[in-house]
Formats: sequence, C-alpha cells, structure tokens
Amino acid sequence: MSLILTLSELDGDTLARSSRETLTFARSLADAHGWDLHAVAVGEIPDTAMADLRAQGVAVAHALLHDQLDGDAAPAAIAAAINELHDRLGAGALVGSGTDHAAEVMAHVAARTDLPLASNCTEVAPADGGWDLTRVRWGGVLLEDVHLEADVALLTAAPHQTAAADAVSPGAAELHSFKPELDESLHITRVVERASRGGGISLATAPVVISGGRGVGSAEGFGILEELAELLGGAVGCSRVATNNGWRSHNDQVGQTGTRVAPDLYVACGISGATQHWVGCMSAKKILAINTDPEAPMVTRAHYAVIGDLHELLPALVTEVKNRRGVG
Amino acid sequence: MTLNILVAVKRVPAPGAKIVLTEDAQRIDTKHLGFTVSPHEECAVEEAVQLVGKHGGSSTVITLGPPVAEEQLRTAISMGIDHGVLVETDEQEWDALATAAALTDAIQTLEADGDRFDLILFGNESADAGNYQVGIRVAHALDRPVVSGIKAIEPTDARATMKRAVADGFEVLDLPLPAVAAIKEGINLPRYPAMRGRLLAKKAQIRRLTPQRRDGGMRRVRLHHPPQQQAQTQMLGTGADAAPAVAALFEEVGLL
Ligand SMILES: Cc1cc2nc3c(=O)[nH]c(=O)nc-3n(C[C@H](O)[C@H](O)[C@H](O)COP(=O)(O)OP(=O)(O)OC[C@H]3O[C@@H](n4cnc5c(N)ncnc54)[C@H](O)[C@@H]3O)c2cc1C
Ligand SMILES: Nc1ncnc2c1ncn2[C@@H]1O[C@H](COP(=O)(O)O)[C@@H](O)[C@H]1O
Repeated sequence: MSLILTLSELDGDTLARSSRETLTFARSLADAHGWDLHAVAVGEIPDTAMADLRAQGVAVAHALLHDQLDGDAAPAAIAAAINELHDRLGAGALVGSGTDHAAEVMAHVAARTDLPLASNCTEVAPADGGWDLTRVRWGGVLLEDVHLEADVALLTAAPHQTAAADAVSPGAAELHSFKPELDESLHITRVVERASRGGGISLATAPVVISGGRGVGSAEGFGILEELAELLGGAVGCSRVATNNGWRSHNDQVGQTGTRVAPDLYVACGISGATQHWVGCMSAKKILAINTDPEAPMVTRAHYAVIGDLHELLPALVTEVKNRRGVG
Repeated sequence: MTLNILVAVKRVPAPGAKIVLTEDAQRIDTKHLGFTVSPHEECAVEEAVQLVGKHGGSSTVITLGPPVAEEQLRTAISMGIDHGVLVETDEQEWDALATAAALTDAIQTLEADGDRFDLILFGNESADAGNYQVGIRVAHALDRPVVSGIKAIEPTDARATMKRAVADGFEVLDLPLPAVAAIKEGINLPRYPAMRGRLLAKKAQIRRLTPQRRDGGMRRVRLHHPPQQQAQTQMLGTGADAAPAVAALFEEVGLL
C-alpha cells in the first residue's frame, strides 16, 4: 500500500492553519486512493500539534531531526531531508502548502527529483494512471484543469481554498523520528539573522483590514486610514498604485504580488478592484467598498458599499466609532 | 568588485478587470490586451540596473517565448539593461520543467561563450502560471545556491547579503557568489524608461537561441473562471451620511 506525505508547518505549539487546510486537501486524495496519510515536520513535534495531526487523520508523523534543521533551516536542506524520507517510504504523492516557505521547499524537492510540481492546487483526483487536478493561475483569477503524468505527484495546495476539517475518524499519528544525512553545502542558504518589525498587527492575520488605493491621493492621506485601523484593532493595507507612488511600503500591499488577506472585514477605500488586487482580498468574510464610482468592480463585487468621497466619509466614520466607544 | 547579472522575465498579457478566454478555453483572449511582465520581474530588472550602476559590470535580460517577446527584452533594455537574449519558441506556453531546462541550456551556452553571471535574478513567481519554481530548478541544474522572496541585495566581495520579508519582520541570508535569487516586488521602485533608453533599446542587438523542448508531464485540459460567490451589493449610503450605517456594520461583525 502506498501513502501520501504532507509537509506540515507549526505555528508555535500547534499545527499552522495552512497545514491543516493542506492536510484536509491531501486527505481527499488519500481517501480516493485508499492510501495512508503521513505528515512530516521539521524538528520535534509538540503534543498539541500531534493532537492536530491525529484529528486530521494522520497515520504516521515523521519528525525530521538534524543539527542543520535546528532553528532557521534552509529550504534546500529541508527538501533534501524530505527526499531522503521519501526514498525510504516510497510515497505516491508529496503535498505542501502554497505558503511562501512551503512552496520554496516543494520547489527544491521538485528540482532534486526532476519531477513536475503542480502549484496552488484546489482539487485533485486519481485518473488514467496519473492525476487530474485543478490549479490556480493569475493568483486566483483563473483556474486551470491539468492532467499530471508522473511517478510521484508533487503538489502544493492553494491557500484559503480548502476549509480545514477534521477527519471522520482520527488517525493513529504514530510518531517516528527521522535523522537524515545532510550535506554541509545545504547549510549555505540558511537564515543568519532575523529581525522583528516589532509591535503592530500583521496584515495577514488582522481581523479587519482598512485598505487604500489611488483614491487616497497621498502618503498623508493614509493617516485617517491608520486612525480607523487602530481604533478597530486592524491593519492598513493598500493597492499597488499606493505602493508604486511611494505612499506605502510594499509590505502593506494586498493582491497577487502582495499579501493575501482573509480578515472578517476588508474595507477598500478608493480601490477600483482590478483582478490582481481582488485575488488578495476575495477570501475576506465581508468586503466593504468605499468609492466615488458606483460602477467600479470593487463596488459591484463587494458585500457592502458606500458611494462617495473617502475623504468625507472616513473622518465622519472615525468620529462615529469614537462616539460609540465613548472615547474622544 | 564588478557584477555580471542575468535577469529572467516572462511575457504575459496584461488583463484588465475581467479576463476573457478563447472559445477552446486553452488561453486568454489577448485581442484587446497589451503585454507586460510580472511586477516581481520588473523589480528584478530595476535591481540589476541599480547594482551594476553602483558596482560596475554588466546586465543581461533573457526570456523564453515567441519572437514578439522581444518587446519585453527591449523594455528592460530601455530601463538600463545592457544586453538581451531571446530563447525563441512557438506560441505555446512551456511548463516549468521545460522552461527551466531550456533556460539552463541557454545560460550554459552564454557562459561557455565567456559570460559569467555572478547573480541570476528571477521573479518570485510568474504572473500567469505562478509555478513558484523555475528559478529554483535552474539553480539546481547549475549547482548554485538559490533563495526566494528576496527584498534586498547587498553584494560584498564574493558574497551577497540578501533579505526576505516574513510576516513579522525580515530574515537575512548570506550567500557565496555566483548565486541565484527570486525577487519580490518591493525591493525597489522600478523606473519609468527615459527617452534616451527607449531610443537605445530600439537599436539594441538581441541574441537569439533555439531551445530543445523537453516533456514536462503536465498537460493543460482547459482554463475556466472560478465560481462567483457574490451577486448583490448592499448599499450603505452615500458620502459622510453613511457613517452610522458603516459603524453599525462594524458592530455586526464584532469589531465594536
Ligand atoms: C501581474 C500583475 C500583478 C499585480 N499585482 C497587484 C497587487 O498585488 N495588488 C494590487 O493592488 N494591484 C496589483 N496589480 C495592479 C492592478 O492591475 C491595478 O493597477 C491596481 O490594483 C489599481 O490600484 P487602484 O485600485 O488603487 O487604482 P485605480 O485602478 O486607479 O482605482 C482608483 C479607484 O479609486 C476611486 N476613487 C478615486 N478618488 C476617490 C475618492 N476621493 N474617494 C473614493 N474613491 C475614489 C476611483 O473611482 C477608482 O475606482 C498588478 C498588476 C499586474 C499586471
Ligand atoms: N518563459 C520564461 N522566460 C524567462 N523567464 C521565465 C519564464 N518563465 C518563468 N521565468 C522566470 O521564472 C520566474 C518564476 O516563474 P514560475 O516558476 O513560472 O512562477 C519568473 O518570475 C521569471 O523570472
């Protein structure tokens, strides 16, 4: 019997949300084949994460243990370790998340094995001695159905596309340690230093994102968005026009070449809703568009809209929020 | 130390607010569209120009694509890149395995002819396919270190310090050259080509190479649009008068 090996990432002591999504995605393929679901993680796997793996139906969890994998391991080194484990296990498919880190690791796995890698998949099923899968293009604007013919399927799962759900029956989650033999040269691309931006709420995890585009008009114009975001415990985002004009740092950019956000509420101020921006915010639970143009794609696709000048609405809104809070 | 830098870019259509597909669902209908490269690649081009401007050396832009992809090479040259190389294909899109193999061959050809690339810059991902892998495959084939998501490069002697952004800050890497990096938008603000650059670009010689196509194992069946979830937009009012309705929405979603 064969198996599917999934790359799992930890978030503190628990399994990262993206990895839970990826396991749920991989489980559909494991079930279709009648294959066992295995997980592999870098370093020791804490008990809380083991419980998450069990809930996802994982039969065996492999902990990769090696000096070179302590702390900030190089994706190249993690990939080499995964390849060694795969040589031992003979997995039928290797699956990672479409996160920056996991995608980089999976690309190294693919380069080392010279196998095709289908990135950002939303669906996969066995077919004709290979696999039929659907993957994301243009960051999510388009989908592509593909037939993959390879000895081993290498896949990444598109972020925010599969809702994480527990398996009907939990897995045994037997814990195996695996000590790979890694070449010294793989060490070269490890992180040598890490700096925290410190404080602030991260765009990717903020419950509310107040985003501004060309309509904001200037760097100073973002002051009122900052104020509102702070009042609501959220983060400020922006469109590429705001980044390209030097109004905001690219770290704040939402979209295909920026950050994908999935907050409870996304507020798009003076953003037209080009497809490349839309794919960055479409996973929000609710979207509110503030725009002078009732025909703007952002307005027609949003759940809620206010038609008008953001420079008039936002100050009034800040006052209103302060009043309801009983401050100011 | 001077630097020789190669940048890889991919010609892609520049879609607007809605993408239209051809009838056979095999490609985007580009009848009314212009063409561009990914913003990540535009930044990689700008970075090469800035690094060579600062440290001396020379820059080359390479693309694998149909003859019309010359347009993207000339745009890069107009931004200050010195040389252009077209790895010429038919109109078909090549998958990541085939693209990486052909680019590797081309780079080996250029290096055999005397070029030596201290740095090879890729975009973090192509705009259309988003395979997140061509640069890493090429680096493996050339046996050079490679890192992705790079937002700063500082060369020193035979090494380069690079940074990549992560959710709560950034990570620093330190690589021996020659090395390969996949660049992310935000590393710089790409310049708008000046008139002089555009005139130079028109006349620049483009070197052409003919690639071998290897089979990749991935076959496109069709393209399609994701299902639209949202139909009706609820209007909360106009201008400043809408403030109470918006605040009520904040309460409804639990922010207030
Ligand atoms: C490959 C590729 C990747 C890209 N990646 C990204 C990405 O990651 N993120 C991104 O954002 N873009 C990205 N883009 C760019 C994208 O195509 C658009 O150009 C960009 O999103 C437009 O930004 P905008 O909405 O701020 O500006 P515009 O499209 O100019 O829209 C401005 C909007 O503001 C409204 N407005 C003007 N004044 C006011 C006012 N006073 N009050 C209220 N409303 C007002 C207007 O009605 C209009 O709707 C990418 C493009 C390409 C080709
Ligand atoms: N046809 C191509 N020609 C030149 N470079 C390419 C081509 N396709 C991809 N690349 C480069 O590889 C990067 C990653 O592409 P991808 O793996 O498709 O996401 C792109 O940003 C480009 O720098």
